[in-house]
Amino acid sequence: MTKVTSAQEAMNDDVYLKALTDLLYQLADDDFLISFRGSEWLGLAPHIEEDVAFSSITQNTMGHALMYYRLLEDLSEGEADALAHERDPSSRRNAVYFEKKNGEGEYLTEPYYDWALAVVRNFLYESFKKVKLEALTKSSYTPLANIAGKVLMEQPYHLSHWKIWFKQLNNSTDEAKTKLQSRLEEAWQQFGDVLELGEYATELEHFDIISGEDDLKERFIQEVESTVKDIRDISFGKAFGSGREGDHTPDLDQALNTLAEVYRSDEKAVW
Amino acid sequence: MYNYLEYGGSDQPNVPEHDQEKYEQFMARIEAGEKIEPDDWMPEDYRQGLIKLISMHGISEIMGALPEKEWTPKAPTMKRKLGIMAKVQDEMGHGQLLLRVAEDLMKPYGKNRENIMEDLLSGDLKFHNVFHMPTKTWADAGMVGWLVDGAAIISQTNMLDASYGPYQRALQRICQEEVFHAQHGEAIIMALAEGTEYQREILQESLNRWWPALLMFFGPSSADTTGTSKQDTMIKYRIRKSSNEELRQAFLDKYLPRVFSLGLTVPDETVHYDEEQEKWVYEQPDWNEFKQIIKNKGPRSKERLRLREVAYENNRWVREALSPEAIGQ
Repeated sequence: MTKVTSAQEAMNDDVYLKALTDLLYQLADDDFLISFRGSEWLGLAPHIEEDVAFSSITQNTMGHALMYYRLLEDLSEGEADALAHERDPSSRRNAVYFEKKNGEGEYLTEPYYDWALAVVRNFLYESFKKVKLEALTKSSYTPLANIAGKVLMEQPYHLSHWKIWFKQLNNSTDEAKTKLQSRLEEAWQQFGDVLELGEYATELEHFDIISGEDDLKERFIQEVESTVKDIRDISFGKAFGSGREGDHTPDLDQALNTLAEVYRSDEKAVW
Repeated sequence: MYNYLEYGGSDQPNVPEHDQEKYEQFMARIEAGEKIEPDDWMPEDYRQGLIKLISMHGISEIMGALPEKEWTPKAPTMKRKLGIMAKVQDEMGHGQLLLRVAEDLMKPYGKNRENIMEDLLSGDLKFHNVFHMPTKTWADAGMVGWLVDGAAIISQTNMLDASYGPYQRALQRICQEEVFHAQHGEAIIMALAEGTEYQREILQESLNRWWPALLMFFGPSSADTTGTSKQDTMIKYRIRKSSNEELRQAFLDKYLPRVFSLGLTVPDETVHYDEEQEKWVYEQPDWNEFKQIIKNKGPRSKERLRLREVAYENNRWVREALSPEAIGQ
């Protein structure tokens, strides 16, 4: 496949454009939702040092979302802030697992957030993100390949942060192990759409925008195998459908209502 | 952010006679501008005054993250979301830096960070009055950055030459970062001030609400107002240079002209600069209310402490899992 070096060029081929656009929404929305959940954790992490580190990762991740929204902006999808704040739930392409609330309660009152969920979800997220980014460095869409290369300069530190948390807790008290294990089992029931590429999966592979679902899944398993031994025996479910195709849960409504509350309060305003 | 130098508690014991010589050497050192380090001899009231000051400062940074955190996930643009998150992270970082300084000072008493957190939750350790106040709109996120951090810069730069080395060094870094925070706050405020009618409304409403808390920020002028004040001790020990009222005047000097130039008003019709006295004349805030606020009886005291308590209790299993016993088992 020849390289597509600009938005203008991508817009010349309707099918290429549709597939690329859909993938960019998946990438942007995944990073945006996971970093939104991270921003709710701010000030509530198990200790101050972690609060600072987690926030740093969250900021990077939201920065990545912004880069993808800007690529969409270049493809005439609309302005980045509008894409992040205005789109309705059915047009969001993030995997359902990433919109899941941090635990019981709300960030403003009685936040019974679960650190085991934070560790498991972020560890799995960053593992798969690394695999995807590596595949994207070879993307036929060079603006995306360039961004993937940039993100990969910092993203492995995020993965390593969560991997250390996972290993430490998993080698500690029975309570910690049990909590992690139960969050892992929950993750597998919902993880199916994380590994999917949505409506244009075939075209995305065909145009070399990203490698195919099977290849990504195999690389993900290899990435996680050293930490989660029985990963090959897991069957990945889609308990709440596929976010890649617009299925979502009420947790996404909560996220969007919160993150767009001020944005929507005055539509003429510049903030 | 920062703490005023006013807190309750009993008077400190005098220096025992057998330490009189050490005391004189100590005073000579600080008067010569030398810095005191954690392992140096220091009078008991110096150590205890610093522990109170620095642990309150540290915990106020951490509690201070909470009002702004209320607006972090809601910030209206990606850029604002990133900016406020970085800002709140800095505040947590300041808290960490300061609690470590306090922990060193507490070592002789066998106390550590856990004790600081427990003292906060039990109400023994106070946090700054401004962080007991509610936030209602996005304008409050700007107001905290602009004027609360602006006030913090005035207080903290006053201690940049503090006699206690570790605190003095921590303040150098904190003050540098606070300047960014004030700029971050000012940028939010400018956008609102130049914005729609709704934006200007929430901005003025926010300033009206924060005004008394901002005046209280620096603490009462003297012990007469609230019964106790340690400001004289802190000046004697070269921790700070100016009195509460001098700091408040510096704040009014710097910010009132800016407030007025944005077309904003403050809810005090009497406020004016008296050329003869060379100072701002203003209506005193309700210092009885101040006393209530710092006793954790402010409008949001209970809710903010509850957030910390939930986080603390809810993560107990994590702390246990990270303890040396658990890792070695």
